[in-house]
Amino acid sequence: MKSAPLRVIIVDDEAPARRRMRDLLADCAAALDIAVVGEAATGRAALDLLALEPADVVLLDIRMPEMDGIELAQHLRRLEPAPAIVFTTAYDEYAVRAFDVHAVDYLLKPIRGARLQEALARARNARAIPQGALDAARGRPRAFLSAQERGKVSLIAIDDIVYFRAELKYVTAHTAERDYLLEESLARLEQEYAERYVRVHRSCLVARAAIRAFERDAGEGESRWWVVLKGSDERIPVSRRQQHIIREVGRDGA
Amino acid sequence: MASINQNAYSSALPNFRNLGIVLRILVITNLFAIAAALVKVASWREFWAEVPETAALVQPLLILTVLALFALNGILKGLPYTLGMLTVIALELVLTAALHAAAWPLFGLELAPLPRSVALVFMATVAVLFYFDLRGRALSPALSEARLQALQARIRPHFLYNSINAVLSLMREEPRRAETALEDLAGLFRVLMADNRELTTLAHEVELCRQYLNIEQLRLGDRLQVAWHIDKMPHDALVPPLVLQPLLENAVYHGIEPRVEPGAITVDIYTRRGELHIRLRNPYQLSGSHHGGNKMALANIRERLALHFDAEASLDTRVREQSYEVHIAMPYVRERA
Repeated sequence: MKSAPLRVIIVDDEAPARRRMRDLLADCAAALDIAVVGEAATGRAALDLLALEPADVVLLDIRMPEMDGIELAQHLRRLEPAPAIVFTTAYDEYAVRAFDVHAVDYLLKPIRGARLQEALARARNARAIPQGALDAARGRPRAFLSAQERGKVSLIAIDDIVYFRAELKYVTAHTAERDYLLEESLARLEQEYAERYVRVHRSCLVARAAIRAFERDAGEGESRWWVVLKGSDERIPVSRRQQHIIREVGRDGA
Repeated sequence: MASINQNAYSSALPNFRNLGIVLRILVITNLFAIAAALVKVASWREFWAEVPETAALVQPLLILTVLALFALNGILKGLPYTLGMLTVIALELVLTAALHAAAWPLFGLELAPLPRSVALVFMATVAVLFYFDLRGRALSPALSEARLQALQARIRPHFLYNSINAVLSLMREEPRRAETALEDLAGLFRVLMADNRELTTLAHEVELCRQYLNIEQLRLGDRLQVAWHIDKMPHDALVPPLVLQPLLENAVYHGIEPRVEPGAITVDIYTRRGELHIRLRNPYQLSGSHHGGNKMALANIRERLALHFDAEASLDTRVREQSYEVHIAMPYVRERA
């Protein structure tokens, strides 16, 4: 049975580690039909590379600057078809413990050739890593959110997002430049970023750092509070139920 | 002087030139003086009147004591413990008598009757000496060696496996660089696994740090930049082994690895007024850094500094907007030729 070669991408921030992986893959080539289609030193570069060169397997280092391997794996889930992921790590007690629990495949550096070959053979038929496993392995909130746009995964730095709004089926993330459609739930975002965002009404989370002030309508009858954002004329209503946040945010120095 | 485990423990007078010892003498004696004043008086108002009166005897006596002990430290050290102890007690009593004799004609002060002062001073002296003996036993080589052994600096497993991986990556195409890297790694582990209770020279420690950084450089390439400012470094200064290497490891782990862009670690080593200063700075971002691990290495070094130098050494850290700084100060001690 002749099939297309297994297309592999190496993601690791350390050049020697990538080089070592290339050597090992070359050794595996005798037994497995493999094509290394590229390598990347950061999560961002990996996503750019995958937009051009679809891959079957991503060999992914866990400890990387800016965006770690666990987070990149979450963004890679948005690709269709999503590549299989084999994590590599020198020593990452926390993530590795979570992977053991969820039966996720990972390779410990220094990696043995035989072990790599085994993982690649399995990766061809691997199921996607369950979201729960990645959440459990991740030690901190994601630095980026991702959106699927025209077959490409776009990254949005969490620092840039002013507010999230839930609309029917989707959640939109609003930055100073534009809006993004996300496949996320507001409840999950609120939980993950409890320190950054505050819920001002049932369907809106606003970045604490983006709040300039709270204003009250001088209208007649029922008065209403609004969030005034920094560097924008936009105002977001505060629901009656969430009015307690006005004091809380004010106290923490909005 | 090279280490604290020169001989098995036997009672000995403390080093009266050590700042920590001097501070302890001052604090304990003053507590005694306050206690004595408290016992003597009937009300708080009397107490406030009594305190300066007690101080008139205690403070000059303390100053003279500290100076005399500082001067006689060498001689006292040479005496057997019992004789040394008796000498100190005798010295105190003579100083007390002298102060009494001088108080009225010289300063117009009327002190409490001489026998009472002598009794109090005698008790205070014995108590302080007894305290130092107890403390000496508590910190006796057997105990503090056990503590030092437990405090052996530990390297991150993360570093070991990544380094081996980096060496493996060199094997096929650059065997010579792989050799050098393995030699550096061996040098580093020789020290890490050695018995690190004795002080080492600063030159040794810096050499070790260079070996460590060579290995990290292999992995991190241009991302790791190090600026050494050590032209004025005293090569012969004695320092606890692994006083700087774990700090560099922290700097790499928390300051360089979390960054995509290159970052610089700065090391300044210099002496000032008989003190050795080590200053280390690395880039640092609160949000982007990994947590944990850091405090343990710092606590470890702090405790080892305390075991070797008591209150005369210090380790401070400072978080600035974009950087993290560690500052160590310790006495500049040299090996006796």
